[in-house]
This record gives sequence, structure tokens and C-alpha cells, in this order.
Amino acid sequence: METLMSILVGILFAIGIYLILTKTLLRIILGTSILGHGVNLLIITMGGLKKGGPPLLGIKDLTYADSLPQALLLTAIVINFATTALLLVLSYRAYKVLGTDDTEQMRGTENE
Amino acid sequence: MSWLHLMILLPFIFAAAVPYIYRKFTPRIHTGWFVLVIPLVIFAFLLSFTTAISYGNTAFSTVPWIPSYNINFTTYVDGLSLIFGLLIAGIGALVILYSIFYMSKREALNNFYVYLLLFMGAMLGLVFSDNIFVLYVFWETTSVSSFLLIAYWYEREKSRYGAQKSMLITIFGGLAMLAGLIMLSMMTETYSIREMVSQAANIPSHPLFVPSMILILIGAFTKSAQFPFSIWLPDAMEAPTPISAYLHSATMVKAGIYLVARLTPVFGGQAEWFWIVSSMGMITLLYGSVNAVRQTDLKALLAYSTISQLGLIMSLLGLGSASLYTGGEESSVYMAAIFAAIFHLVNHSTFKGCLFMVVGIIDHETGTRDIRRLGGLMHLMPISFTLAVIGSFSMAGLPPFNGFLSKEMFFTAVINAAEMKEFGVNAIGNLFPIIAWIASVFTFVYSMILVFKTFRGKNKPEKLAKEVHEAPLGMLISPIVLGLFVVIIFFFPNILSKYLLSPALAAIVPTLAAAGETNVKISAWHGWNIELFMTIGVIVLGTIMYHLLKKWYRIYLLYPENLMLNHLYNIGLENMEAVSRRVTDRYMTGFIRDYLVYIFAFIIIIVGGAVWLSDGFSIHTSDDAPVNWFEAVLMIVMIVTAAAVLFAKTRLTAIVAVGGLGFLVSFFFVLFRAPDLALTQLVVETVTTVLFLLCFYHLPQLRKEFARIRFKAVNAIVSIGVGVVVTIVALSANGNRLFQSISGYYENSYELAGAKNIVNSILVDFRGIDTMLEILVLSIAGLGVYTLIKLRLAGGNRNEKAE
Repeated sequence: METLMSILVGILFAIGIYLILTKTLLRIILGTSILGHGVNLLIITMGGLKKGGPPLLGIKDLTYADSLPQALLLTAIVINFATTALLLVLSYRAYKVLGTDDTEQMRGTENE
Repeated sequence: MSWLHLMILLPFIFAAAVPYIYRKFTPRIHTGWFVLVIPLVIFAFLLSFTTAISYGNTAFSTVPWIPSYNINFTTYVDGLSLIFGLLIAGIGALVILYSIFYMSKREALNNFYVYLLLFMGAMLGLVFSDNIFVLYVFWETTSVSSFLLIAYWYEREKSRYGAQKSMLITIFGGLAMLAGLIMLSMMTETYSIREMVSQAANIPSHPLFVPSMILILIGAFTKSAQFPFSIWLPDAMEAPTPISAYLHSATMVKAGIYLVARLTPVFGGQAEWFWIVSSMGMITLLYGSVNAVRQTDLKALLAYSTISQLGLIMSLLGLGSASLYTGGEESSVYMAAIFAAIFHLVNHSTFKGCLFMVVGIIDHETGTRDIRRLGGLMHLMPISFTLAVIGSFSMAGLPPFNGFLSKEMFFTAVINAAEMKEFGVNAIGNLFPIIAWIASVFTFVYSMILVFKTFRGKNKPEKLAKEVHEAPLGMLISPIVLGLFVVIIFFFPNILSKYLLSPALAAIVPTLAAAGETNVKISAWHGWNIELFMTIGVIVLGTIMYHLLKKWYRIYLLYPENLMLNHLYNIGLENMEAVSRRVTDRYMTGFIRDYLVYIFAFIIIIVGGAVWLSDGFSIHTSDDAPVNWFEAVLMIVMIVTAAAVLFAKTRLTAIVAVGGLGFLVSFFFVLFRAPDLALTQLVVETVTTVLFLLCFYHLPQLRKEFARIRFKAVNAIVSIGVGVVVTIVALSANGNRLFQSISGYYENSYELAGAKNIVNSILVDFRGIDTMLEILVLSIAGLGVYTLIKLRLAGGNRNEKAE
């Protein structure tokens, strides 16, 4: 499972980065989203998978899944959401002001 | 804290007071009168050392500056530093007196005297410092104050150009010197120059010895305008004439000479030192004297003449360093060269300062310094003419002026050098007297040009802007004093020798001084010997050449303009700028994708390379959890969904695909026994998708990317590379767990925090600060979004109406 997940994460990274390297704003933001998913899955995979029950003490399990990566991820998901939202609105404003969603045309003037 | 420290700091302290004085007394009293007191006080104070120094004593005192690093402001007075100190203070006083009459009250005198005092203090500090770092601090202060003084008339472009040039070259040398001094301190394990000298015997075998020597010499050569660093000096002539007289003839350009003389006991006696210093000096001597003849501007002529005289002094120091190698009977013969160097240094300061002031007077009274427009001033300006004759004849090395004495000693030194056995001087040694003699002929020619082209010949009033007459007396006092010195030193050289030159010699060759061989007698008449015939030859040939100047002057025009040092410097500067601009323009494209490519490529290289080099790649699947068929299906679906974003034709497809991906991730969270995560992921993904949909209404349609194949290929390679590297790192990390997880501790959450949900108790109890700041992130993002939507600055809504 961990091995397969690592490969999946690698694929998600590749796809996300490919999108980030394109010229369209929307694609770039989607790329960051996919990259974010890749990172999240990587964190939880590195904590070890399916090593017991969910980390709830009420359930009588002998072992629990590792709770620390889950706590880290919860934080990461929220932060990811915040940055994505900001990036989206920023790109929306940039498009409104600059009239283009092509990053290559968003270059400033010479000698800036 | 000794009186000497106070004297060194006095100019700095007074410099702070100058602007107030200027504001209070201008225009009634010239600011220079107040400033004049300072060098006079310092000069009188330094004179009080002379008797003690001439008996071979030295003075030494320390003020702690950074004691923990052993960097202390230590002053050290011996013969060498005293000579320099007296020159700086004495000529400083004369220059300030001269400047009172030269600079009109309409100039920004406050700046002028502040810079001048800064320079004077820095120069005094430089010659009396014993600690290398303090010496370096003062060294750079002279560079900076010189820069300010050269660009004194900053509205002129040439001044700025000259200042920049001198700055670049001298600071370059200063930094090289710093590196050399640090190497030297590493070898001797001390920062004190005196202690370095006492350890000189142990270091020549050290691997850093030659590098440090070369770096220190670069510093000395740039400051003292040796070939090929001499190019800044002629351009520094844009400074006011008192400055040229003071900085670029008597003091600052001697700083390199001082450094070489000061470190001769450390490096002298080595073949490298001997060859580098003496050959560079000789080249500079020849270069400067040959180039001086072709100048048409009087100050440029004096600048090249200064270069050549500095080369002469430098070569003498180089030749004299042989005395430290031989020892015994022969060494006193070579030691005479060092003595000649010190003697000529003093002489040069006197006559060159005098000449600069005379040229300043000519400029002041006629409005031009161009030789072609001047002539016949002899009857109009008799005193200036007399002074010019004294200075020039001394420069040419004619009796009865002091230049004659040092020139004779110079000839003696080069003749002795030609017969040297050490350092592999064989046939090459004969070049020394030949070059020296040729350079002396040229020196004679330009000295004659200086006097006769300006003061004899026809008067050309139609070419001059002003009615010419003799300068005011006040302006003449300083050059008269210097001219008197030129003559007095010729008649009574031994007084100077006893009190100043011999102790200085003892400071440069301390090992010989201990043997008591440093008492040198100067005699103006030393019989009919070869040096005298050389001098006669110089006079005869020089006179002939001067009279035939028009015939052979064209030789100078043969030399290609493109090989001029100045031209090379300018081309070099332009090319450096152009190349760096081209390089920057190549990689700083302004296109964000390119920068991301660099970043990701570096991630691949560094992370992948580290794994590669450390043989870190190893997979252990023994610990893996089993895979169910539906999990495998989910993975495949996930890959397909993610790939769908790549090939999506419309915005909607892409956004829905990313949303689907998010839901798949939350399924995985369910599988991985993470209920809270699944919940959060579902909610966040929903909100994000809604946001995307909100924005996409306002964003343009997804176009097909019409990019070149290369563009796409690079992107594909980079992204696949990163994916592979991440996979490899993840697998390797997964297969090599070093420690147990600490999560077992959090299973006590009920006892410790009263919570049964371990993840939540970590978030709010065990690691609450993370959560607090995460809330902050969310709030800032919310504020940011609000601001971006609401804030409308001017010009920010060009395309708003399009909607």
C-alpha cells in the first residue's frame, strides 16, 4: 500500500507541476491544488497506513492509526484552502486589471 | 590614550566643527584660517619626537578598540612613520594656506575642508597605525575622502568620471591588500606589524607567503599609481589644485610607498619581492616619464611625472630590499638604495607640491592650463617663474637642488644593481641603469617643457581670458616655502639625514640597523664618477631632444589609440556591464514559468543528486499494509481524474476534475482511518470548488495552449523528474524508519486532556499554537480576499467595463 501510494503521490506531483509550468492562470491554480493533494497524501502515507483503528479512544482497538500526521494534515488542509482562495481572487483581480490570464503577457515593462 | 592618538583624531573632531564655523564666519573670514591651525599643531607636536627618534628610540601606545579580537588602535612612532607624519602635517598646512587664497569664498568651503580634514586624519592614522586592521580602516578612509575631493566640483562630468575611476581602482587594491594582510596575520599569528617584522624569518617557507605578498603589493601599487594601475591619477587632476598638490603628489600616492617600505623587513630579501617591486617600479618610471612629454595640460604632465617619480621610489625600495638578503659588507651598498628612496620621497614631496601650486597659480591667473595657449609669462609672473625653475630643475635632477642628490643616489643604486649576484640578476641587471637613464632623459625633457613652454616664448594674450599678473602674496607663500626647502636640502642634506632619514632607514632595515650600519653621509660632490657622467649625458641628450621636440614628436602619434590603458579600462568597464546585462537578460526573463523551471530543476538535481550520491535508494516493502482491490481501483480512478485536468478542453471539466480528485482524497482518508480528515477534506473541497466556479465565470475560456514543442517538452521533463524524485525519496524514507513514532504518547489524551478524540486533542491541547496560527492564516486570507475585491486604486479598472 505505501509503495503504491508513493507512486501515486509521484504522479500527482508530476501532474501538478506540469500544470504550474503552463501559462494559463486557472491551470496554474488547479496545479497548486493537485500538488496540495499530493503533499497531503504523502504526509499521511509517511505516517504508515492502516496500522490499526481510527484514533478515537472510545473504540476498543488494540492499536490506533498514527494520530500525529492526521493532526498535521488537518492544519495543512485548512492553510491550503486559505492560500488557494487568495490565489484565486488574486488571479481574478489580475485578469480584471491586466486583461489577460497568460502569465507570459503579464510581464512588466523593461528595466523594472 | 596618548597625545598622538589625540593628534590623529584631532582632524576628525575638527571636521565635525567645520560646518558650524563655515556658517558663522562666512563670508567675513575664510574658513581655511580656522582649519590651518590643525596641521600646524600636529606638525609642531610631531617635531617634538625628532630628537628622541634620531637617538633610535621609538614611541608606542595602545587604545583598546575591539580587545576581544585583539584589534586595538595602536600607534607606533619610528623614523619612517615620523617622516610621513611630518610630510602630511607640514604640506597639509602649506596646502591649506594656499587654498585660502586659491578657493574663493563662493565655493562650498565647508565640504572642501571637511573632506580635507578627513583625509588628513586618515593619512596620519595610516602611517602611525601598528595594527593591520586599523591601518586598513584608515587606508579606505583615504580612498573615500580622496574620492570626495576629486569629485569636489560634482557638476562636472569629468570630475565624476575621475572620482569613480580612482575609487574603483584604489578600493579594488584596498580589498586585495586586506586579504593579503589577513594572510600575513595568519602566518605570523599577530595583527601587529612590529611583531610581524620580528617574526619575518619564520614565514618565507609558508604556502601563503607569495599570495599574501602579491595581494599586498596590488594594494600598494593601486594606491601609488604604479603601472598598470596608474590610469586613475591623470583623471584625478579634475580635483581643485590644492588637492592635486596635497593628495596626488605628496601624501596619498605615497601611502603605497609607505606600505612597501613598512613591510620590507617582512618580505624583503626574497627574490619575488625584489623582482616584482623593482621591475614594476622601473616600468612605471619609464611609462610615466615617456607619457608626460606628450601631455598638453600642465596638470596632466605633472600627474604623469608623479607616476614616474613614484615608480622611481618604488624601484629603489625593490633594489634596496636585496640588502636584507645578503647582509654583511655588501648589504650596505644595496642599503643605499633604500636611503635614496626615502630621500627622494621627501624631495619629491617638496618640489612636486611646489610645482602643483605654481601650476595652480598659472591656472588661477590666466584661466587655462593648456601649454599651447600659454607662453611668455616670465616677465609677468617672475616669482612663479623662479619657483617653477626651482621645482622643475630639481625634478630633472640638476644641481643646486635636492633632486640632484637623490637622482645621483638613484644612479648609484641602479649601477650597483647591475652588478648584483643574487636573485638571478645576470644580464638583466644591465637593464636597470639603461632604463633609469632613458627615463631620466625624458624627465629632463618634460621638466624643460614645463618651464620654457609656459614662461618663455611669445606671450599670447589673445588666447587668454584674463589680464595676466603675478599672483597675490598669500598664494605664493606656500610654494616659496617649499622652494626654499628644495634649495636648503641641497645645501644641508646631512641635517635631514641625521634626524629623519637615518632613523627611517633603520626602520626599514632593522636587522642592519642593529649592526649599526645605517649612518649615511650625503655629499653633493663625490668626485668624477660614473653617476656624474650619466647626469651630464642626461643634460646633453635632454637638451638636444628638447630642441628637436617638433621633429620627433610625431612618434607619439604612431602608438595606437586602442592600446591605451585608459581605452582598455573603459572598454573593460563597458564590457563588464554589457556582459553582466546580457547574462542577466538571458536568465531573468520576467516569465514566471522560467523561474519555476530553475527551482524545480534544482530540486531534481539537489535532492535526486543527494539520494544518488549517498546510495540512499532502497525499498523495503515488508512493512507495507495489504492492498484491497477497491483501493487499487480508487488509485487508478484518481490518476485518470488528475490526468483529465491536463487534457481538459473547458474550464468546467478541469474544475470538476480537480473537485473529484479532492473527493477521492477524502475517500482515501476514510480508508486510512482518519474520520476528521475526511470530514474536513469534504467540506474544504466543496467550498474550493464553489470558489473556482465563482471565479471562473469571470475568467476567460481555457484556450488550448499553443506552445512550442520545446516548451512542453521541458515542462514534461521537469515535472516527471520531480515526480520521480519525490517517489524515490518517499519510498526510501518509507523503507528506512529510524525511530518509533511518538504517537503512542498521545494515546494518553484522555488522562492528560480529557479528550477521547486524539487528533482533536493534539490540535487544541498538545499542539494548540499551530491551530491558533492556522486560524490567523485563514483570517489574513479572508482579509486579503476582501481587500482584493473591494479595493479599487486608480488605474486599476481598465478592463472592468468589459464585463
